Amino acid sequence: MSPRKIRNKDELEELKASILQKREQKRTVIAISVGTCGLARGAGEVMAAFREEIEKHDLSDEVYLRETGCHGFCEKEPLIVIYPNGIFYHSLRPKDVPEIVSETVVKGNIIDRLLYKSLTGEKIICEEDVPFYKKQKRLILGNNRKVDPTDIEDYIAIGGYSALAKALSMSREKIIEEVKKSVLRGRGGGGFPTGIKWETCRNAAGEPKYVLCNADEGDPGAYMDRALLEGNPHSVIEGMIIGAYAIGSAQGFVYVRNEYPLALKNVWIAIEKAKEYGFLGEDILCSGFDFDIEINMGGGAFVCGESTALMASVEGKVGEPRAKYIHTTESGLWGKPSNLNNVETWANVPLIINKGAEWYNKIGTEGSKGTKIFSLVGKVKNTGLVEVPMGITLREIIYEIGGGIIKDKKFKAAQTGGPSGGCIPESLLDLPVDFDELTKIGSMMGSGGMIVMDEGTCMVDVARYFFNFLREESCGKCVPCREGIKRMLEILTDITEGRGKKGDMELLEELSEVLRDASLCALGTTAPNPVLTTIKYFREEYEAHIKDKKCPAGVCKELIQYFIDWEKCTGCDRCVGYCPEGAITGEKKKGDTYIINQNKCIKCGVCFDMCKLDAVIVR
Amino acid sequence: MNFEKVEEILAKYGHKESQIIAILQETQTNYNYLPEEVLKYVSGRLNIPLARVYSVATFYKAFSLERRGKHVITVCLGTTCHVRGGRKILEKIERDLGIKAGETTQDFEFTLETVNCVGCCAIGPILIIDGNYFGEMDLEKLDTVLKKYSAG
Repeated sequence: MSPRKIRNKDELEELKASILQKREQKRTVIAISVGTCGLARGAGEVMAAFREEIEKHDLSDEVYLRETGCHGFCEKEPLIVIYPNGIFYHSLRPKDVPEIVSETVVKGNIIDRLLYKSLTGEKIICEEDVPFYKKQKRLILGNNRKVDPTDIEDYIAIGGYSALAKALSMSREKIIEEVKKSVLRGRGGGGFPTGIKWETCRNAAGEPKYVLCNADEGDPGAYMDRALLEGNPHSVIEGMIIGAYAIGSAQGFVYVRNEYPLALKNVWIAIEKAKEYGFLGEDILCSGFDFDIEINMGGGAFVCGESTALMASVEGKVGEPRAKYIHTTESGLWGKPSNLNNVETWANVPLIINKGAEWYNKIGTEGSKGTKIFSLVGKVKNTGLVEVPMGITLREIIYEIGGGIIKDKKFKAAQTGGPSGGCIPESLLDLPVDFDELTKIGSMMGSGGMIVMDEGTCMVDVARYFFNFLREESCGKCVPCREGIKRMLEILTDITEGRGKKGDMELLEELSEVLRDASLCALGTTAPNPVLTTIKYFREEYEAHIKDKKCPAGVCKELIQYFIDWEKCTGCDRCVGYCPEGAITGEKKKGDTYIINQNKCIKCGVCFDMCKLDAVIVR
Repeated sequence: MNFEKVEEILAKYGHKESQIIAILQETQTNYNYLPEEVLKYVSGRLNIPLARVYSVATFYKAFSLERRGKHVITVCLGTTCHVRGGRKILEKIERDLGIKAGETTQDFEFTLETVNCVGCCAIGPILIIDGNYFGEMDLEKLDTVLKKYSAG
């Protein structure tokens, strides 16, 4: 039976109350994270085991198994939080489940071995006390563990769609005013003030107007938009409806990259549900306002994250950008005024409407308000999604939330902003993270990827990696980007393969200037950032490659050799079995007889990775 | 060639030109790749020039105009996977299967592809086989996973 459409704020309140009452009958809630990363670590099997156990103990009436999106601590997946007490168990296997149900759920006993052990060895029972979460301010992402993304009632239970009801009682100008006052800035990378964008689009001549959600999260290393769309799609949809109402649009589009199948599925379900309940479609909450959302799927093109390319793609064309003498707010999709915001930006809107700009303004720095979700990944101990107030330092994020570098190696750089961003060195670790500070040092916020690199990462190789990425992704429409990136990649490849020569760095800098000044879209204008920041902060590493033909980090294949450390080698013969070229020889159990034949070695690094004794060294 | 399935997909997306990417995606899922006849058929039914359909089918990385293998192996080479050794995973598969990224084995068992980030960065390197995600891949785990798919 399809539910009755909600007609106004009071009915929404009533529905919320009845849902909460219904939920109260359940004694226990087990929130299990089954986002894409959870599933990759076996959360699907764990969830199936829970279903089976709950059935077996006949607990269906008492226990609510909530299948949620990503909670953030992806590295510890599969993980659960058991309410009302908030008990946190992690790295679960299906075999742990019967014990969890019979001990914790039925008897209330804590299972010691499943608890999180902090880096100092302390066992932590509650989720909120886990150091990874403690320093965070999870205004947006925190709701992921509270809702099943496919169940709109979960969202309504936490106050979902109340911001929409409130907004519909406000004047359109007042909503825009509130968003402007909140100083919300675009979370997709550019950091453009959202309220001003809305106002421009609202005042632009031409009908119809469109609102769009940019979920083409192409920055490698950033995945907060996936987590939001998978885990709490209604918050994004609610933001879009409010925006559409303020701007005066009747049609919205969500452009989701095809690499996110679960996000696509969950947004689709959410849109259908929102329609059923009267939050989307005709005469929303009996206000007379009509708005519908269509989903568009990407096809695997990084450039489609750029506004004009995205709109071309939504039109069913090749995703090539155009020059933006006229902004998309004036002439965008099908030549009509179009307002495009990123997933995380939209998710902030209901919060601002509900709590007010003044409240929102108290969080963050002068120029950047609110929180930002980062994907803290790479060579850091605690990896996952972290939501922090703007202005927190990199050191706090990496060392206090992230727990420092894996194996306590030396920190080398943090890469932010994806291929448009830069590498930040240790000397700048105390930098407060916000839009303006990151831009000042040559990087950028981007969509929020934060990739931590240790001493084993070669910065020239990283620059080459990004240029290889950009060469593949440049759409080829404008010459500076298409040819400039190719030439710069050639130079970087030469450097990493031992053919670097004097003047290469200067040439890279010169080409960077051309790209920055003459490219058509941001893909090209920001492309030099990875090269410029690595030359600026890691110049000696470039020099080592060019002058001494050495890769200090031991990464660039043409400049390194693998050796066996006879002091450590026990002659276990493991590497011999794995070497694809038969380049390693030695007499079993006699470590000091093992050698790598340098003529046969293809430097694949397999022996280095497979040796459990660190007896393979790279020089 | 039977176009019944394409017709069904076209109807699902309301014969909308703006949904061409989704239409081609789903068609590819059904036909394994995008055969020339299908592109011609879609062009006719959507009433847009074949050149336009072709430009879309060649611009976006998700599409293949050549027959693909029974299993599609995708190695993530996003920044995090790169830093954590994704390339070594790719190179090992290339050696094991005797093909390069973007190619298909002669017996059409495997197609090897790369992707620039699937958003599972916290648990990289990531390997995806036929839509199933495998995290924290290393060379040892890789052997076990590949064997599972080689058998059947």
